[in-house]
Amino acid sequence: MLPFTYSRPRNIGEAATAGAQPGTEFIAGGTDLLPLLKEGVRRANRLVDINDLPLGGIRHEAAGVRLGALTRMSDAADDERLRRDYPAVVEALLAGASPQLRNLATVGGNLLQHTRCLYFHDAAMPCNKRQPGSGCPAWDGQNRGNAILGGSRACIATHASDLAVALVALEARVVLGARHGEREVPLADFHRLPGDTPQIETVLEPGEVITAIFVPAAPYSRRSTYVKLRDRASFEWALTSAAAALDLAGDTIRQARVAVGGVATKPWRLPKVEEALAGARADRSIFHAAAELAAQGAEPRQFNAFKVELMKRAIVRALADAGSLA
Amino acid sequence: MPSWSRRVFLLSSASATFLLTAAKRLGFGQRSAAAQPSPAPPPPEAQTAEIALTINGQLQRLRIDLRTTLLDALRNHLGLTGTKKGCDLGQCGACTVLADGRRINACLALAVMQQGKDITTIEGLAKDGEQHPVQAAFIEQDAFQCGYCTPGQIMSAVAFLSEGHEPTDAAIREWMSGNLCRCGAYPNIVEAIKQAAHQSTNHAPLHL
Repeated sequence: MLPFTYSRPRNIGEAATAGAQPGTEFIAGGTDLLPLLKEGVRRANRLVDINDLPLGGIRHEAAGVRLGALTRMSDAADDERLRRDYPAVVEALLAGASPQLRNLATVGGNLLQHTRCLYFHDAAMPCNKRQPGSGCPAWDGQNRGNAILGGSRACIATHASDLAVALVALEARVVLGARHGEREVPLADFHRLPGDTPQIETVLEPGEVITAIFVPAAPYSRRSTYVKLRDRASFEWALTSAAAALDLAGDTIRQARVAVGGVATKPWRLPKVEEALAGARADRSIFHAAAELAAQGAEPRQFNAFKVELMKRAIVRALADAGSLA
Repeated sequence: MPSWSRRVFLLSSASATFLLTAAKRLGFGQRSAAAQPSPAPPPPEAQTAEIALTINGQLQRLRIDLRTTLLDALRNHLGLTGTKKGCDLGQCGACTVLADGRRINACLALAVMQQGKDITTIEGLAKDGEQHPVQAAFIEQDAFQCGYCTPGQIMSAVAFLSEGHEPTDAAIREWMSGNLCRCGAYPNIVEAIKQAAHQSTNHAPLHL
């Protein structure tokens, strides 16, 4: 870890000015950043602690729920109304990290966490995301954990967030704050595909911070669920995950929302699967047929081809779970 | 004759490890990857700060390098070595402490960011020479082998009980999943937590 200075601004203007300086990192929970600084994956000479910014709290409104970016994962997971009205969000929060980490980590920071690609985390190896132009050893290397969707020759690192997958399915938006006010971006457009510039992961401008996450209240929000499949039962990254939300009229699906995680370079919404479900009957054979469409365009590498089938099964299970919710 | 305690031995092996690490950092034995430009270091006076931490009810003032984690502040500056360093990356839970009653990984918390919080470490659990019921239950149920993860397990278990979960086997396993035990003492850890939970419902509530 390189030596850094530390500041703790009290308003967004100050934070944005400080954060726009090269070599600066914002820190909130620190659970993603500190290991990266310790391992030399990220290098900073200035830390800007944003915990004094007024960005906490959960506000339920008729139109949806607004989660302040500094809300701790554990506090969001403990919110009774969030659990009742947006169960997929709470399930994703509880499936992510350990209780200790959830007490530190923020919901805003969760969306900005870095990939778990082995090569990104090994500062002695090339990695286009960490060191642009150095190459992607995952392409022909240990790629069991890597993406089958949304990758490029430059990068096949998966996005690691569980929360983001549930939020993308529920059409959440992120509010971004800068010196000159705020803007809102659909979460689905917030993360960028790697393309030739995998080092640029989001649409955040220098100095810009996530101030809040807004989840709209939709007819399918309450009937939503998150399924996470991993190598061990708890405290592990997803091999594959799926968020599903259904709006049912009897046993007919009015509309569906589906997204997957652990398989793609960003939280991955599946519009074709959703279209196939709309108007259909909510039963397993329909779920299976729809899930087949998720794999369109999948490009597995040597060790991650199993994710194609696992992803389909995760989707079927998430849909079946959502369908059986009261 | 110098007396060789376990700690002195560990400290000298740590220096050897440090030399090896330093050699690696200098490029010996390092695989090559294009060097990333490093941002210029700040002036030395901007790299440290005077901070005040409340540890087990006592206000402690110390001057630290800003990179110092709460874990290193406890162990290296305040001599509170009960809190253990395992992975130093938030993966093992050996460093679990309570901050304002909530369990956190001390290795992922910068000391400078913990000012104004009430930090409780394993050293702060026993009151008036009496073991905390969770400590007593761990001993009674033989809930450890080597003991290295135990302070973190106990702090996490204390938090688990105060968080108010139903103490079923499944819930204990899920909510204790941030604490790894390489010896595999898990079955007895689960029993110890169940015993402590039972005591807290039958008798006085557990103090923190």
